[in-house]
Amino acid sequence: MYPLYMEESIRKVEASRGKRLKETLSRLTGEEKTPLLKKHHPDFIGESMRELLVGSNKGDRTPKEMADLLEGNSRINPDKIDLGKVDYDVDVLVIGCGGAGASAALLAQENGAKVLLVTKLRLGDANTVGAQAGIQAADRPNDSPIIHYLDTMGGGRFTNIPELVEALVKDAPSAIKWLETLGVNWDKEPDGSLHELSGGGASRRRLHSARDYTGLEEMRVLRDEIKCRQIDYIEFAPAVELILDDQGRVAGAILVDMEANELSLVRAKAVVMATGGMGRLHIQGFPTTNHYGATADGLVLAYRAGAEMIFIDTMQYHPTGVAYPTQILGQLVTEKVRTLGAQLANVDGEQFIMPLEPRDVVASAIIRECQESKKGIETPTGEVGVWLDSPMIDIIRGEGTIAGELPAMVRQFARFNIDIVKEPMLVYPTLHYQNGGIKIDTNGATTVPGLLAAGEVGGGVHGRNRLIGNSTLDLFVFGRRAGKAAAEYAKKVKPGSLTLDHVRQWQAELKKAGLADSRPISPLLLPNYARQPHDYLPDYTKPTLTVGQVKIA
Amino acid sequence: MVEKIKAKQVEEQVKMINIYIMGKHYQVPEGLTILTAMEYCGYRLIRGCGCRAGFCGACATVFNFKDDPQLRYDLACQKTVEPDMYLVQIPFFPAAKALYNLEEIEPDVEQILALYPDLVTCFGCNNCTKTCPQELEVMWFMSDALRGDIGEVATKSFDCVMCGLCAARCPQGLVPYNVALLCRRLYGRYLAPVSKHLEDRIAEIEAGKFDAELEKLEKMEKSKLQKLYDERDIEPAY
Ligand SMILES: Cc1cc2nc3c(=O)[nH]c(=O)nc-3n(C[C@H](O)[C@H](O)[C@H](O)COP(=O)(O)OP(=O)(O)OC[C@H]3O[C@@H](n4cnc5c(N)ncnc54)[C@H](O)[C@@H]3O)c2cc1C
Ligand code: FES
Repeated sequence: MYPLYMEESIRKVEASRGKRLKETLSRLTGEEKTPLLKKHHPDFIGESMRELLVGSNKGDRTPKEMADLLEGNSRINPDKIDLGKVDYDVDVLVIGCGGAGASAALLAQENGAKVLLVTKLRLGDANTVGAQAGIQAADRPNDSPIIHYLDTMGGGRFTNIPELVEALVKDAPSAIKWLETLGVNWDKEPDGSLHELSGGGASRRRLHSARDYTGLEEMRVLRDEIKCRQIDYIEFAPAVELILDDQGRVAGAILVDMEANELSLVRAKAVVMATGGMGRLHIQGFPTTNHYGATADGLVLAYRAGAEMIFIDTMQYHPTGVAYPTQILGQLVTEKVRTLGAQLANVDGEQFIMPLEPRDVVASAIIRECQESKKGIETPTGEVGVWLDSPMIDIIRGEGTIAGELPAMVRQFARFNIDIVKEPMLVYPTLHYQNGGIKIDTNGATTVPGLLAAGEVGGGVHGRNRLIGNSTLDLFVFGRRAGKAAAEYAKKVKPGSLTLDHVRQWQAELKKAGLADSRPISPLLLPNYARQPHDYLPDYTKPTLTVGQVKIA
Repeated sequence: MVEKIKAKQVEEQVKMINIYIMGKHYQVPEGLTILTAMEYCGYRLIRGCGCRAGFCGACATVFNFKDDPQLRYDLACQKTVEPDMYLVQIPFFPAAKALYNLEEIEPDVEQILALYPDLVTCFGCNNCTKTCPQELEVMWFMSDALRGDIGEVATKSFDCVMCGLCAARCPQGLVPYNVALLCRRLYGRYLAPVSKHLEDRIAEIEAGKFDAELEKLEKMEKSKLQKLYDERDIEPAY
């Protein structure tokens, strides 16, 4: 139920619906987009970023919240770790179990490797499970990998690494098929053809979905397959540092049991980093769509081991996060709502942007509408947003479409007595995705031998702005490639002796740069949302109390 | 029980409500979810918290009210706290999961019963349906499974977040969410009609049909690519 004053604005949205149904705003040209982005996209707020002072991307800019962690202090003291006491000895260690990690683990196992999969929360508690709208693949007759390539490059403002995009678009149809063979239920027409929708920045209908539970469906199946194949896995055991060997190759990782604070040591011939994104850093104070464990850990670990990052100065703000009700503030209103036909409207019920522009453009337009034009709607808690006119969907596509295509959205709003079939949704951009990450090649190799990366933690595929449905695609394309490549690499490599010297060097470098005292401990592992009691502790207790999430000896 | 003296409200307009976490009294501002209310009380969660958005099932929870002992079930990240709620964190329930190789099994009732033989012991108490936070017809899809109607199980169970509440409440120890998962996988693998256009495209890609053109685009300078992009025709959304 909306408060009365908001209902008044809704009446205007309803009144303009007839007109808007006939009105199509044209897409912005390149020249029109640039000033809009520069003025209103959060990435362009200069003071929100700073230069990194240490590490392989020294001199590059990144959001302050990310910079702090990349430049963070290790959670371990190498002198207190006995590297002779190996707890797990495997060919391939996969860190993180979302879609990318699960795919990598399966492919590594298929290619003959002994695999260990470790993850921070439960198997599959990940950003992947929240993906609603779907996954791109150019498989309809009027579409082709060529068009998909062009859309992806244009969406990324032509900064994407071309070979990675080629791999993405060419592997896409077989990724869909692979998932189906594992038992994923795609939305289909009765004749078996895939039911595909258009998406922001895509010039063809190529978004494959499973209702609006696409990521859940993918994740449930992959998790089950991992269990059926009896691949070893450990839950609630995040990696807190990588281990190298004497030749500078990644050779394992240190895990911490988050409940018991116990460390364990994994030796592996190859490591696949698949830890996903960073939404829980709440860059610039934005709320986020991301899961609880999205804290950029993989970037931190890889950076400390010397890996190069790319495009870490660009984050994706999803245009439509929930602005009301407050209980679900910042949670995702899937782009599928616009894909199905809903337009965006301001307080007066007027459209201000063509709803299927790429995300950076739509998000900037919403911010402009609210901050500059002052045509947003303020909520009782002081948030602001614009209307996403969901009822249009059933008008355009027939009654029952919303219920059939968007059950998760209907359910989520119905809890607050809002019927999205009849009333619009109030939305504002929310922190959604890390466009860049660890630089990878077409097989997931990073700049450090023995370390591969796949999924949201990787960078280069999407350039400076990812399109809808290309991320989940990225997981299954590069997750599978990395898993296979890791298994093959593991067959050849002759591991040297283990070392944590890179951690020692890192700490020395921090000290030299004068940062050791001012930087937090990283990786963060989990955000701290617990309300802090006021500080009543005597000072002498403080050195022995823990900073951060878990206590480490 | 001794009630705390009403907390001084920092912001006058925020209404505080009484809740009880594992029996202990706390006051929290109204309008929080069960999850954020626990955090407001100072709990730092490791278990019982995943997507925070109603998709992963990590936060399944049980609650009742001060003067109403009947248990209710929901997702802590989605359910708003109400006055006099008694909250707990539910323990971990291990649940039976059959192991199988999807490539070697058949999409029929014999197969389902071979993997989950206890299915026949369901006596229709309907506790599973009553506990489902997604409001799915759990008991009905279990009886569909028993009849081998795999398509119906897939449809009815589709929105399952596998939170485990149904299994936790089943007096027979059945695990509806795993049975449903098996059926959905069987449906996707064997029963869903095959997409011809997908097969065709995979064959075209394997035959190298797009390679030359892709290579050309990859080498193209940015301004030309931009022009192609700006001029590309766009299929209507519907
Ligand atoms: C709500 C939402 C909706 C989305 N919708 C879509 C969509 O419709 N289409 C699309 O293409 N994309 C979508 N995306 C983006 C896409 O889902 C994600 O980018 C993608 O799923 C990331 O997958 P991943 O495997 O790389 O990471 P994740 O799925 O996030 O998995 C990372 C895993 O690593 C674990 N981990 C983290 N740190 C550590 C550590 N230190 N040690 C061990 N494990 C660790 C995490 O707990 C997690 O399990 C959406 C994202 C969100 C959040
Ligand atoms: S935390 Fe994922 S459903 Fe609540």
